Amino acid sequence: MKSLRKHWQFYLLIIPAVLYFIIFKYIPMLGSIIAFKDYNVVQGIWGSPWVGLKYFKLFFDNPAAWDLIKNTLFISFYGIVACFPLPIILALALNEIRQGRFKKFVQIVTYAPYFISTVVLVSMIIVLTSPRLGIFNHMLEAIGLPSINFMGDPGLFSSIYVWSDVWQFTGYSAVIYLAALSGIDTSLYEAAKIDGASRLQKIIHIDLPGIMPAITIILILTVGNIMGVGFEKIFLMQNPLNLETSEVLSTYVYKMGLLNANYSFAGAIGLFNSVVNLILLVMANIFAKRISGNSLW
Amino acid sequence: MAKPMSIKESFGDKVFLAMVYTFLISVVIVVLYPLIYIVSSSLSSPLAVSSGKVWLWPVDFSLAGYKAIFNNSEVLVGYANSLFYTFFGTIISVTLTVMFAYPLSRKSFYGRNFLMIFILFTMLFSGGLIPEYLVVKHLHMLDTRWALIIPKAIAVWQVIIAVTFFRTSIPDEIVEASEMDGCSDLRFLWSVVLPLSKPIIAVLVLMYAIFQWNSYFDAMIYLKSEALYPLQVVLRNILILNTTSSATMDAQKLMEMNQVADLMKYSLIVVASLPVLIIYPFVQRHFMKGVLIGSVKG
Repeated sequence: MKSLRKHWQFYLLIIPAVLYFIIFKYIPMLGSIIAFKDYNVVQGIWGSPWVGLKYFKLFFDNPAAWDLIKNTLFISFYGIVACFPLPIILALALNEIRQGRFKKFVQIVTYAPYFISTVVLVSMIIVLTSPRLGIFNHMLEAIGLPSINFMGDPGLFSSIYVWSDVWQFTGYSAVIYLAALSGIDTSLYEAAKIDGASRLQKIIHIDLPGIMPAITIILILTVGNIMGVGFEKIFLMQNPLNLETSEVLSTYVYKMGLLNANYSFAGAIGLFNSVVNLILLVMANIFAKRISGNSLW
Repeated sequence: MAKPMSIKESFGDKVFLAMVYTFLISVVIVVLYPLIYIVSSSLSSPLAVSSGKVWLWPVDFSLAGYKAIFNNSEVLVGYANSLFYTFFGTIISVTLTVMFAYPLSRKSFYGRNFLMIFILFTMLFSGGLIPEYLVVKHLHMLDTRWALIIPKAIAVWQVIIAVTFFRTSIPDEIVEASEMDGCSDLRFLWSVVLPLSKPIIAVLVLMYAIFQWNSYFDAMIYLKSEALYPLQVVLRNILILNTTSSATMDAQKLMEMNQVADLMKYSLIVVASLPVLIIYPFVQRHFMKGVLIGSVKG
């Protein structure tokens, strides 16, 4: 109590931020009950009648629902498998070479794509893979192969999505591992040197165990976001030709909810999405705690 | 630390190191090539680009693509809007973040653990797109500039970074000492904490500014008037949807104009990324610092 009175100014300072979180984070959370109601504009979220699981049933009875879930999970798992190991390998490789210009250069270059906006990145993909103009098709032509309409091929969508992610984020993700590597006790390396360990042995027996906690934490966070595959990028990459593999839950929520004004239906799918994410995150955390002793909480 | 070179590298280690260098060089090439290609294309002549003559360096140097941009009013308006959103959005975001993070970093602040959980929970679970949209709608922010500045004003991650910084670099002992001298919390924040916090403020400014400059989604769902569109939305219309409202095609010059339109795509990509590219070398160091401060806690 004494501290309350003494530090009243602290409470004054946090008012705007607390209001912000209540209005823009917690009210929408409460607002997700819209999924169990028949929302209409006149009665608003609170006044609209309850309909129970109607919209969830509507969604899951539709065979297209399973295609959406399948697409979402496939792109996510593909993304994890492709995007997860490379930053670790890059960090380990950078850690092997001496501090100097080359190391700095590699870091600056690999880190740069992180700053490119999603719109620009997708524009780059479209321009570079364009059947008429794109460098990829010029390359194919140069070696005598027929050109490919990359963005119009549903079979290629996930690969383009995932590998452009690898291109954009590998350097950025490596930073955390590099930091973890720099925190490893140097006496371990000296001991290994005296024992005649090779560079590869040092990586396997010192570096990897040293960054294991960082790897676990990042894996948990990644798993916790499986259902939330990068909506913004997928949405921009979609076109009528690739829609059968590129439609995921979040893009469907946007189209149903905001374009077709089916607020309750879209709200139900969105809620399903958030709940699955939360469950996955909690499970990944429990699992990691059991196995490695590292966890988020 | 001095490098003890007494033990010579074995043959196996030399081969391994050569592989490491090969790997790193190929990574650099893969990352750098598309970027160089785009810049080179943007500086080539329309004909060279559409006939696929550009491979690495500009062919028939020309600024036609850039000239086309400066004749496009949508792009110019978008650029101005983006500067506006980035400038004011960043000021609001950084101010709110610092005001929130400083009390959270103090032991004497009763309730900080609760508030920490209060904000961390929003990282785990969110209401989702539809309820968030309805909130903005009920606040009558749709189709106003506020819609791009307020709903995403505070990022939890940035708060965590700031809290960690304040806690580690402004120890509670100094605060207690200043309290003895009768210095109020607000005064202390203003005249002691802020001057000591330039590095973290730089990190916050850069993170929020780049986020704001690069974002398109909120603008797409909340804005209807073209006059309010930020650059990223204009880019999406031109580059991804291939629509420009100001396209008045002269039948005779159709071919040539198509070529210029193709070329303009490359120039647009460059121009849109320019502000970020200019500050990038400066940003990169600070960004890394931010990531590292955050990961200490996370």
